Amino acid sequence: MKLSKNEKLALYEKMLTVRAFEEKAGELFKQNLIPGFIHLSIGEEASSVGTCSALRTDDYVASTHRGHGHLIAKGADTRRMFAELLARRVGYCKGKGGSMHIADFSLGILGANGVVGGGFPITVGAGLSIKLRKTDQVAVVFFGDGAANRGTFHEAANMAAAFKLPVLFVCENNFYASTTPSSHTLAGGSVAERAKGYGMPGVAVDGNDLLAVRQAVEEAVARARSGEGPSIVENQTYRYRGHFEGDPQKYRTSDEIESYKGKKDPIVRFKAHLAKSAGLTASKDEEIRARVASLIEESVRFAMEAPLPRPEEALEDLYVNA
Amino acid sequence: MTTREISCSSAVMEALTEEMERDPSVFVIGEDLTAHGGIFGQFTGLPERFPGRIIDAPISETAIVGAGVGAALTGMRPLVDMHFADFVTTAMDEIANQMAKIRYMFGGQASVPMVLWAPDGGGLRAAAHHSQCLESWFVHTPGLKVVSPSEPSDVKGLLKAALRDDDPVIFFQHKRLFAQKGPVPEGEYIIPIGKAEVKRPGRDLTIITYSRMTYLCLEAATILSEKGIEAEVIDLRTLKPLDFSLIAESVKKTYRALVVHEACLTGGFGAEIAARIGEELFDYLDAPVTRIGAKDVPMPFNPEMEDFVMPQTRDIVAAALKLVGRDGGEQ
Repeated sequence: MKLSKNEKLALYEKMLTVRAFEEKAGELFKQNLIPGFIHLSIGEEASSVGTCSALRTDDYVASTHRGHGHLIAKGADTRRMFAELLARRVGYCKGKGGSMHIADFSLGILGANGVVGGGFPITVGAGLSIKLRKTDQVAVVFFGDGAANRGTFHEAANMAAAFKLPVLFVCENNFYASTTPSSHTLAGGSVAERAKGYGMPGVAVDGNDLLAVRQAVEEAVARARSGEGPSIVENQTYRYRGHFEGDPQKYRTSDEIESYKGKKDPIVRFKAHLAKSAGLTASKDEEIRARVASLIEESVRFAMEAPLPRPEEALEDLYVNA
Repeated sequence: MTTREISCSSAVMEALTEEMERDPSVFVIGEDLTAHGGIFGQFTGLPERFPGRIIDAPISETAIVGAGVGAALTGMRPLVDMHFADFVTTAMDEIANQMAKIRYMFGGQASVPMVLWAPDGGGLRAAAHHSQCLESWFVHTPGLKVVSPSEPSDVKGLLKAALRDDDPVIFFQHKRLFAQKGPVPEGEYIIPIGKAEVKRPGRDLTIITYSRMTYLCLEAATILSEKGIEAEVIDLRTLKPLDFSLIAESVKKTYRALVVHEACLTGGFGAEIAARIGEELFDYLDAPVTRIGAKDVPMPFNPEMEDFVMPQTRDIVAAALKLVGRDGGEQ
């Protein structure tokens, strides 16, 4: 892994963008401007950004209900994302999808998914398609520790390995499946170890260490591109917010949450690394943060000012040939 | 155009061969396809002709159907072989939540050009897990197209249309019709999705049906004709989108409608057709719309029990006679 100083700074900015997006989304939700419910990924930025930084635009990514970070990391437009959260016509899905169903197929984003574990089989299909079309793309599926217990995971892992498909299983293990600790539900205690049963490599990394994530994903991607088949990368991370915004979080203590902030925080850690290795100064940091803040502000303004769809537009986009 | 007598099974093979020749993005994934040629022999010869494009999958219906969805989203046109239609239950999320909804949820950004090919139906003494007709689950799922042809020519024409369609199509094919022969045109032959057909014209009542029941209805129509009653038999061929205009045209002429399907009666597709005739053609009706479907039990194994549960020709004849007011002593 060779990252230039500028590449590293760009990844830092991406992580800040994800966090700022999520914080803003939480705010808008609290103000009752976002209908439905949303799941934020604050604390997990090294996983989304580190993973997607090792991918090309034409690689595929299947995301989850906690997908904003994956989308931004893969290059999605924060203006159209906010517009979707705010149910606007110019949103990614014309207001028909919302937070859990954002996609940008032009960037290889095959969609967030409202069904836990829904992305596995679709990603296997993308991998199969790559193999049939004989390209060197890869297909990545993000999933949580909870989804590792779905049958879809096991069927997909087996098929991807049996067919040597260019698929990468990226687990974001935040140690809670919704509100249930994975210590209670994840047999064997490790997602990465499950790779053994399917004859593929599996590695667990510190998912709050951007460079560790990047390194592991880069290796798995190289393997997939060269036709050697799938891998599992388990990014061990932590979400600061509840499973959903408004989650009373009876399943964990605020002390536990606080213990992850500060020194364990992926952004704080990468910033320290950049200060040492890439000459990130306080003023440069401020400049980057100001750019992120204005992007988010401008995105929200774009979305807020955008018109709402007419209710009748609900009848559009079901079939190509109705 | 030369026409020959071939079976539904051969019609499938012919349609697939032609479409795979025509479009390199078409491929087939399912279980037991290569060594066995598909459990009904319907894929015999294709693996040799199209190496790598007929894919034997693990027994993982969830992954198979989902893989179809993912491949369809990324430039391919898969035909997913469900083995038995009954096994859709093991992939319902992939069908109902993903395949059907992806285009809509994402605001029309993507399309899912795939065919889920599902051999269905009873009469093989195959009991409760290998005999069902499940079409009403899927006509009830917006985003899907549902076809269920009877004649071999319709099988060929509709399968070719389905493989070219940019939307997901569930293709039900009745297992007892695999060996059914009929005239099928050679080469390019397309039956558009969404078009029903009058298989026998008549003036006294309209029988609306599809799949294997079409043959039973035609048999019943012959018996009725001997009694001086001319039944018009409509084979829907496609259930969604429904060709209601053909139904309306016929009922406006006959004033009586009988809906026949093999799926169990309650909540079956016949209820939808009956409701629409009631809503839209009430003034034309001389008798209540009548439905025939299987009795509301899982398919029993015992052959006499199965025959008792499934609609038979005599049931159709009896219902038709009642509809035209001839259910008195003259049967």
